[in-house]
Amino acid sequence: MLSLERFFGGLFLDGNKRVSTQTPIRDMPLSQRLMIPLVQRNGLEAHELLPIGSRVLKGTAIGGGSNPMDPWILAPTSGYLKAIEQYTLPHPSGLSGKTWVLEPDGLDEPIHLPALKHYHTLTTEALINRIEQAGITGLGGAAFPTAAKFKSPLNAIDTLIINGAECEPYITCDEALMKERPDLILQGAYIAAHLLKATQCLIALENDKYDAIGAVTTALNAHKNRTIELVKVPSIYPVGGEKQLIKTITGREVPSGGIPADIGILCINVGTCAAIARAVLCGEPLHSRIVTVTGQGVLNPQNVKVHFGTPLADVIAFCGGYTEKATQLILGGPMMGFSVSTDEIPIAHNVNTLLIAGSKEIRDREQPSSPCIRCGDCATVCPMQLTPQQMYWYVKSDQLDRAVDYHLSDCIECGSCDVVCPSHIPLTQFFRSGKTQLKLKEHGLQMAERARLRFEDRQVRLDASEREKAAALLQRKTKLEQGTNPEIQQAIERAKHKRAEKLKQVAPIPPQLNSGSED
Amino acid sequence: MLAVLVVTILFTGLAGLLAYSGQRLNIETKPITESINSLLPQTQCGQCGYPGCRPYAEAISKQEADINRCPPGGEETVRSLAELLGLEFKPLDEAHGIAKPPQVAFIDEERCIGCTLCIQACPVDAIIGASRLMHTIITAECTGCELCIPPCPVDCIDLLAIPNTPANWRSPSPEKSAC
Repeated sequence: MLSLERFFGGLFLDGNKRVSTQTPIRDMPLSQRLMIPLVQRNGLEAHELLPIGSRVLKGTAIGGGSNPMDPWILAPTSGYLKAIEQYTLPHPSGLSGKTWVLEPDGLDEPIHLPALKHYHTLTTEALINRIEQAGITGLGGAAFPTAAKFKSPLNAIDTLIINGAECEPYITCDEALMKERPDLILQGAYIAAHLLKATQCLIALENDKYDAIGAVTTALNAHKNRTIELVKVPSIYPVGGEKQLIKTITGREVPSGGIPADIGILCINVGTCAAIARAVLCGEPLHSRIVTVTGQGVLNPQNVKVHFGTPLADVIAFCGGYTEKATQLILGGPMMGFSVSTDEIPIAHNVNTLLIAGSKEIRDREQPSSPCIRCGDCATVCPMQLTPQQMYWYVKSDQLDRAVDYHLSDCIECGSCDVVCPSHIPLTQFFRSGKTQLKLKEHGLQMAERARLRFEDRQVRLDASEREKAAALLQRKTKLEQGTNPEIQQAIERAKHKRAEKLKQVAPIPPQLNSGSED
Repeated sequence: MLAVLVVTILFTGLAGLLAYSGQRLNIETKPITESINSLLPQTQCGQCGYPGCRPYAEAISKQEADINRCPPGGEETVRSLAELLGLEFKPLDEAHGIAKPPQVAFIDEERCIGCTLCIQACPVDAIIGASRLMHTIITAECTGCELCIPPCPVDCIDLLAIPNTPANWRSPSPEKSAC
């Protein structure tokens, strides 16, 4: 048994998880229309790869290409691409974007991807290729492309951590998966550990998820060659955050601005593990995910397995519809999720939870706030050991450079500071705003640098052509003035010669040419 | 005599150390023109009265031009220039134009006659096309400088506001007055 460390700060939160774990995961039938956003993770519009009206199979690439890191956007089932529409995106901006409308034909016919049962014999590249082909992105919430995650740190990973610590209240999709398909998660973990040549593989669960711990332990015992170790971590929010989990289990800290691979660790979510197992062992592309539908505002809270592209309204209707208490629809949990104003939004890789909150069920984010009294409570709970009271001050007064000095970029937006703030200041929203401003500023600087280079290159080119022109003109002028150009001399000679010849021929002709015409 | 000798040796030694460390620990400083140029938005629009951002940066460094002549940079650029040069902040000189939201040029390809005049005007080579063939803007490279508009004989170039996408979306700041 590993000795665990305690990460700094954090909160003990009321989980509210029982409401959605009373029933097993239900498969949701296909909707009439699936909406697949043609937007890549960097927010750029993806190219549509097929003409409208095409028939596609489950796993056919239908979009992508504007971000080389992202896998292709795949069709979640077989059917016809009916149209491209503007549809609201599952994004905190509430903006709409280019979206494929896919009408399923009900056959659910997949593309042919051979099952790679003997993955032990395959190269790392072949396995990463499969993960990319199957369109796998992280299912923990950030939707980072898994193949890209595996590609960058090759041969540098000693510890693989399978993240089953689902610390945010209300969210239970990982817990449900661990209870029902621990075998699949472990198979995925073995594949990932083999691929990364990791010497140690740990699966982390919170110590109060008794059913999930039981299921995973049973599955682990069923394997003869037991190389995966189960780690029970204390249920403190946000222990499931990558950096906090690494600190808890290994005692190592991810450097500021770095990634876990910098210290030889790689974390993947349990759902992603199961997706890897399905892609490699069954040749199945990632086409659906488990979504927790919960809160006082929905009739039957539960976990459902939903195809990507299914509108939220259909998912909620499948769970019995709204109750009278429903006041707010949140994608994600109450801490890190964002509220949306419509249920006409498709399920995407990053949507792990639909929280339909009743009034007063969760903390009101819009409540009026009072001035900061500098009590420092936020700094004592910040799991990144930041000083939110200082960063808040600088972001609020648009002094982003100063906020960066206080490591604004390291904020993981967990929302712990909001919960403890006695003045109810929406600190995390200030930090989110500041971080997007920083990102845009950086992008602006990059674009300016490009423009500068293009301007200077053009200047060099124009100067060069100007010089060339001037030089050519000068050359012509001097040659003319000196009259030494042999070609011109020769031409003049030739012309003179020709003229003399002509005169000789013309001379003997008698002058009575005109008399003939007078007859 | 000894005192003079000691002081001489000591001072010579220290001077040598100082000279050596001055060489060894020399911090490469950017020429001031470079520093100024890196703060300018590189729109290359010429609204400041100079043919591009670098010439304007040179003019500022020679104290020939004021720091408030860059409308695309807006007040933020004036502020950062003032900080760099130790000058007082002053509002944008409206004689050189007013700050506008970022924009990008768009060629109505139906109306374009292929005269290449805009290609010659573009300071960042963001227009492609050839004589008597349709031209188009490389949107990703366009700085929205408006220099292509006056030369166009058929008025087929428009400047459009850059659309809001998740890529350029800015998470809103909570109401400042409430806090």
